[in-house]
Amino acid sequence: MPQDELQSGDLGRRFDYAAAFTAGLLDPDRAPPGAVSGPNGKAAVKRYAVYRNNVTVSLIDALAASFPATMRITGPDFFRAMARFHVRETPPTSPLLFEYGRDFPDFIECYEYAQSMPWLADVARLERAWLDAYHAADAEPLASGALASIPPERLADTVFVPHPATRAICSRYPVVTIFATNRSDGPVGRIEAGGPEDALVTRPGLEVYVRHLPPGGAVFLDRLMTGEPLGAAAAAAFAERAEFDLSANIAGLLQAGAFTAAHQGG
Amino acid sequence: MYGLAIHPTSRMSKTSRFPAHRVAGLAGTSFKHEHLPAILGDDPKDGFFEVHAENYMGAGGPPHDALTKIRRDYPVSLHGVCMSIGGPRPLDKAHLGRFKALVDRYEPALVSEHLAWSTHDTTYYNDLLPLPYTPATVSRVADHIDEVQGAIGRPILLENPSTYVLFPEATMSETDFIRELVRRTGCGLLLDINNVFVSATNHGYSALSYLADFPLDHVGEIHLAGHAEQEDDEGDLLLIDSHDGPVADAVWTLFDIVIGRCGPLPTLIEWDSDIPEWPVLKAEAVAAQAILDRHADSLFGKAHAAG
Repeated sequence: MPQDELQSGDLGRRFDYAAAFTAGLLDPDRAPPGAVSGPNGKAAVKRYAVYRNNVTVSLIDALAASFPATMRITGPDFFRAMARFHVRETPPTSPLLFEYGRDFPDFIECYEYAQSMPWLADVARLERAWLDAYHAADAEPLASGALASIPPERLADTVFVPHPATRAICSRYPVVTIFATNRSDGPVGRIEAGGPEDALVTRPGLEVYVRHLPPGGAVFLDRLMTGEPLGAAAAAAFAERAEFDLSANIAGLLQAGAFTAAHQGG
Repeated sequence: MYGLAIHPTSRMSKTSRFPAHRVAGLAGTSFKHEHLPAILGDDPKDGFFEVHAENYMGAGGPPHDALTKIRRDYPVSLHGVCMSIGGPRPLDKAHLGRFKALVDRYEPALVSEHLAWSTHDTTYYNDLLPLPYTPATVSRVADHIDEVQGAIGRPILLENPSTYVLFPEATMSETDFIRELVRRTGCGLLLDINNVFVSATNHGYSALSYLADFPLDHVGEIHLAGHAEQEDDEGDLLLIDSHDGPVADAVWTLFDIVIGRCGPLPTLIEWDSDIPEWPVLKAEAVAAQAILDRHADSLFGKAHAAG
């Protein structure tokens, strides 16, 4: 590697200490920057390694804190090895660590050693949605009985405003069951559920709730969240799943606090 | 909003959202969410709490609820970790805006940041990285401090770092560098005595000499923390600022000396990893408070005798 990347007195490059210092922070094969040393001519290999270790380990710790069920499924050693690859490939771009890990589920989906756990990426997606809900803006949810005041003939035109914490996650796996089992403190028994489960994440107050959405529910909620009126969203859900139960879905979403307001669309 | 200032009876004015708890002479701890139920049950409610600003930069949810509860009962110190004041690049304006919003919202008794950097180009490294101490960097860092202080409308306390490497190009000592920043920006200082001990050990100088040369008159807060031991390339002791255990005896001794010179400054126990049960952390703060109180009594005694 180039030595003396940072020369004192070189006016054009005098502020380059950060570029020189960061070059090897996420690359364990790189020598320490030539611009640093220990005192009295001591070497800086282990000294620079303190920073490299702080960066990598603290970012792995951040992922471990954000994806606890994923780590419980894989075990900490597997998880930390996987996270280390991700940290080096995709370090954070925001100083807000609770925003880090948005690309982690996609990484897991492609991670060679996780191919035997095809549901793992969806569990991570659900955990990412949980964290987003946890930090989302506070808002009073729309009351369960709010639709009673809307004339039946206008219901199809009704547009819902999603609560800032509301998220829907679709999965071909029993992601809600796997998530719930691995986020609790109890022992993880054999998970008998085998069918696909879509998840609804809400936080009407201080606590984040994760629920299993009924058939067609994820499509329905997705459409409502993009501002489609109730009638069009229901039609899309029926097209997806013939057994879609409109009143049960609406009641479930309202009870979960998925919305903050409902009004008549244009 | 300025109109509120001429209506002092308005309870909506921003200075009345929380009680104006005083932090002078108190020992406190880092605030960790897992300790909230135990803290809320404490009586009397003494001491203060310090939070890492970035953990409260989400829109809402339990973090803000917890900090609001803490702030009602205690003075709060807002400690920024990743402003990159010591970096060569311009400050992140969005981040500075979030920091200002927290200062406005929680009216902290103390506001601090680090003489270090953590972001370069588009990557956030989540560590406090070192800088060379030169006339060029002192100007740059002073500009950054001015910008932060201008944005939040009050001075900050700047914290001395723990470092593991030196820059041979450096032409200023850390204490000269810090003194110059104080002179140019009017900022105060957060003296981390564990960092002094760690850096002194790592670079082979005396912690007492460093403290003798440090502008103690400008210190507004003290940090104490635990450190870990490793070895450098030559097999000599290399201390790591790990914040994962109790304060070392040598650091307590230095603290006693500093408080003897400065009087009872707000003092914080930092414990950020391998976090113990609340009583263990609180016991560290109680130990610090005893030292603060002992020196407060002797100061009072001297003043009394002199009067």
